[in-house]
Amino acid sequence: MSYGAATHHDDHQEHPTGIMRWLTTTNHKDIGTMYLTFSLTMFMIGGAMIMAVRAELFQPGLQLMRPEFYNQLIGVHALIMIFAALMPAATGFANWMLPLQIGAPDMALPRLNNWGFWLLPPAAILLTLPFTLALFGIGDGAIATGWTFYAPLSVQGGIGVDFAIFAVHILGISSVMGSINIIVTIFNMRAPGMTMMKLPLFAWGWLITAFLLIATIPVLAGAVTMLLTDRHFGTHFFDAAGGGDPIMFQHLFWFFGHPEVYILLLPVWGFIPQILSTFARKPIYGYKAQVYSLCLIGILSVVVWAHHFFTAGMPVPALLYFMYSTMAISLPLAVLFYCWIATIWKGSMTFETPMLFAVGWIILFGIGGLTGLVLADVAADAQYHHTYFVVAHFHYTLFAGGIMGIMAGVYYWLPKMTGHMYNERLGKVHFWLTAISFNLTFIPQFFLGLAGMPRRIPDYALQFAEFNMISSIAAFALGLAQVLFVYNIITCVRGGKKATDKVWEGSNGLEWTLPSPPPYHTFNEQPVIK
Amino acid sequence: MVMQLIKKIRGCITLILAVLMFAPLIAHADYSWNFPKPATPMALDTLQVHNKFMIIVMVIFVVVLGIMIYSIVMHRKSKNHPAGTFTGPTTRSQIIWTLVPFVILLYIDFILMGIPAYHSVVAMEDTKTGAEMVIKITGSQWRWQYEYMDGDAKGISFVSNLITPQDQIDNKATKNKEYLLEVDNPLVLPTGKKVRVLLTSTDVIHNWWVPAFGAARDAVPGFLRETWLKIDEPGTFRGQCKELCGKGHGFMPAVVVAKNEDDFKQWAVAKKQEIAAAGAGADKTWTQAELIANGKAVYEKNCVACHQVTGMGLPPTFPALAGSKIATGPIFDADGKLIKDGHLDRVFNGKGVMPAWKSILNDTEIASVITYERNSFGNHVGDMLQPAQVKALR
Repeated sequence: MSYGAATHHDDHQEHPTGIMRWLTTTNHKDIGTMYLTFSLTMFMIGGAMIMAVRAELFQPGLQLMRPEFYNQLIGVHALIMIFAALMPAATGFANWMLPLQIGAPDMALPRLNNWGFWLLPPAAILLTLPFTLALFGIGDGAIATGWTFYAPLSVQGGIGVDFAIFAVHILGISSVMGSINIIVTIFNMRAPGMTMMKLPLFAWGWLITAFLLIATIPVLAGAVTMLLTDRHFGTHFFDAAGGGDPIMFQHLFWFFGHPEVYILLLPVWGFIPQILSTFARKPIYGYKAQVYSLCLIGILSVVVWAHHFFTAGMPVPALLYFMYSTMAISLPLAVLFYCWIATIWKGSMTFETPMLFAVGWIILFGIGGLTGLVLADVAADAQYHHTYFVVAHFHYTLFAGGIMGIMAGVYYWLPKMTGHMYNERLGKVHFWLTAISFNLTFIPQFFLGLAGMPRRIPDYALQFAEFNMISSIAAFALGLAQVLFVYNIITCVRGGKKATDKVWEGSNGLEWTLPSPPPYHTFNEQPVIK
Repeated sequence: MVMQLIKKIRGCITLILAVLMFAPLIAHADYSWNFPKPATPMALDTLQVHNKFMIIVMVIFVVVLGIMIYSIVMHRKSKNHPAGTFTGPTTRSQIIWTLVPFVILLYIDFILMGIPAYHSVVAMEDTKTGAEMVIKITGSQWRWQYEYMDGDAKGISFVSNLITPQDQIDNKATKNKEYLLEVDNPLVLPTGKKVRVLLTSTDVIHNWWVPAFGAARDAVPGFLRETWLKIDEPGTFRGQCKELCGKGHGFMPAVVVAKNEDDFKQWAVAKKQEIAAAGAGADKTWTQAELIANGKAVYEKNCVACHQVTGMGLPPTFPALAGSKIATGPIFDADGKLIKDGHLDRVFNGKGVMPAWKSILNDTEIASVITYERNSFGNHVGDMLQPAQVKALR
C-alpha cells in the first residue's frame, strides 16, 4: 500500500492511483495538468465548431446548416473559447508554475483548488448538451444569441439559454474560487526574501487578473440571474413594457465583459517577458514600469465598458468619456510594448519555438491593439461596430494575443513539466503554419468589415464572396495546424530527449532550479531569495 | 524519413498558400478595401477620420516593426552579439528616449485623434439642428417598417421585406446581382434635405445600417433612438441589420432610394394613391378563392420566415398553423364580437414573439391571410373573413 512512498522518497503519505488520483487530487501539479488538458480539449472542440461555420461561409447561400443552428455555433464557439479554453489554460499555468516560481510547496487552498477544476467539466457539458438534446427532439438547441446574451433576444430564446445561464454561474464560481486561491497563495506563501517587487511578472499578471475576476464575475452572475427571472418568473428588468431597459443588460454584461478581455490577457502579459528575457539572455527591461502598467490597465479596464455598444444610443458626454478613457488604455499598454521590445534589444537571441511564438505574439497582438485604438473613436465605430472589422480585431487580441501567447507558454514550460524536450522542428512548423494561416484568415475580415459585412450572418451578399473564400480556406489550414500542436504535446508527454533542469540556456527563476519534471512535492525546504 | 515528409508537407503547403493568395485575385476583381463611397456628410466625415487614423496606426506599426526586425536580425547569438545587462533607462538621454514615444502617443490619442473625434461625435449626435423632415423606422423580426411623420409624404407608411427567393438562398437557382440586398418597398428619401431618423423596435434589438450613410443606430424595443441623414446625390443605397436579432438576422436588408425634390414629391403622390387603392379593396365583397389566392401572397411575404411554407412552424418558438387550435377555432363569438386569443385577435395584436400586424397590414391583407391560413396546410375550416369585417373592428 505504500507504493507512492516507496518510489518517491519525498512523499510523506501515499496517494490514490488511477482515476481516483485525478478525482481527489489536491496537488497543484496534478490540478494544473488537468486544467491544461481540459483547455486543450475544449480548444479543439470550439475550433471544430468554427470550422463548420467557416465551411458554411465558404460560399454565399446556405449549404450546410440552417440559420438557427449557425447562430448556436457562433455563440457556443465564443463561450467555449473564452471560458473553457483560454481561462482554464491560464489557470492551469498558474497552478503549475506559481508555487514553483514563488517557492511555495503547493497552492494555499488545495481542496478549493480541486473543486475549482471539477466544476469545469459539468459546465462544459451544460454548454454543449442542448445540441444533443435537440437531436432527440428536446428543446431547440444551444444558446443562439451570440456569447453576449443580449436581452430581449435571450429572453425570447429556447432552453439553450437556461443551460448557458447555469453554465456561466458554475464557471463563475470556479473562476472566483481559483482567484481566491491565487491571491491567498501569492500573499501568504512566498519564499522568505521574495518581496512583492521581486515577484515574477507572471504572478503579478495573475494577481491583478484574480482581483478583476472577483470584482466582475458577480456582476455577470447578477445579470444572467435577472435574465433568468425575466424569462421564467415574470420580472421585467430588460423589458420596457414593464419599466425595464434592454440596454441595462448591455451595461451589466460589459461591466464584466471588458475586464474579461484583460482577465484573458494579463496572465499572458506576465509570462511573455520571462520568455523574451530567457531567449534574449538578458534581464527583463523595466520590471517596475511593467508592474505599474499592469495595475493601471487593471484599474482602467473596469471604467471603459460602454465602448462595446456605442451605437446603442448614449448622451454625448458619456460617448466622449468612454472614448477618451478607452484611448487612455493605450498609454500603459504602450509602456508594456516598449518594455517587451527593450527586453530583446541588444540581447543575444536564439529562436526556439517559445521565442518564435513570443516575438510573433508581440507583432500580431500589436495589430489587435492598434485596431482597438481606432475602434475607440465613436464616429468611426458607428461604421466598424458589429462588422467583420470587429471580428478581425478581437481575434488579433484573443487568438494572437491570448491563444498564441498560451502556446508560447506551453512550449516554454512543457520540458519542465514533462521532463522531455518536444520536437523542435515540428514546433517551428506549427508556429509558421499558425502565424501565416491566422493572418490569411483575419486580414481579409478587416476588409470585409470595411466593405460593410455585418458579423453573425449565416449568408452574405455576393460582393463579399472572394474574401470569405480566402478566409475560410486559411481557417481550415489554421485548424489543421493545431493538430500538429496536439501531436507534439502528446509525443512530448510520452517520451523524448531528456530535458535538463535549466532547460533553456538563458532561463532564470526558481522553477528552473528544480529537476525536470519537478518531484510530486516540491520545496520541502523553502528556498531563500537574496 | 520524417524530415523528408516534413519537407514535402512544407513544400505542398507553400504551394497551396501561394495559389490561394493569387487565384481569386486573378479570377475576380470585386474587392473592396475600404468604406463604400460616402453618400452623406456624416459618411464623408467618418471616412476621413478612418483614413487618418489608419495612416497613423500603420506608421506606428511600421516603425515599431522596423525596430523589432532590426533587433531580430542584428542581436542574435548566431552573430555573436553579446547580451546586454541593462534593466531600465540610466542616463539622461536614455530617459528622454523612453519618454519621447510616450509623449508622442499622448499627442496622438488626445490631440491628433482626440480633437477631430470630438467634433465628429458632436456632429453625429446633432439630429435636430436644421432637420427638415422626420422619418420613423421600426424593426421587427425580420423586416423594417417605414413611416413618414411630416412633409409631402406625411402619413405614408409601409413595410419593407426581403424579396430574394428561397431557391437562391438554398443554391437551387442562380443568385441575383443584389442577392440578399433587395426589397419589395425601399425607403424613398429626398436628396439634399436633413432627415431626422427615429428608430424603435417591436421585439428585439435591431440596427438599421446603410454603410454608405456612415450612420448606425440600434433600434431598441420600447425606446426611441435617433440619428440623421442628408443624402447628397440620387441613387440606390443598400445595407442590412447589424445587430444579431435571431435566425432571420442575415435576411433583413435596408434599402434606400434617394430622389431629388421633384421626383420625391411625385413618388409621394403616387404612393398615397397606391395605398388608397389597396385600402379600397376593403369595401368590396371578395370570393373565398380570391381571398385565398391573395392570402397566399401575403403569407409568403410576411409569415413564412417563422411559420414556414408548410405551415408546420418551428416549434416551440414558432408554433405550427397546421391543425392549430387558434387557426381552426372560431374568430367571433355568438354575438359577433372578437374572441380574445382567437385567430384575428392574434394577428391583430400579436403575442410574445408574434408581432402585432394591425398597423402593418391593411384590411384586405389581414382578411386574405387569415382565410388562407384557415384553408391551407391541411386546415379545412371552410369559412372566410371579409375585409369589411376587419375594417369594422379597427
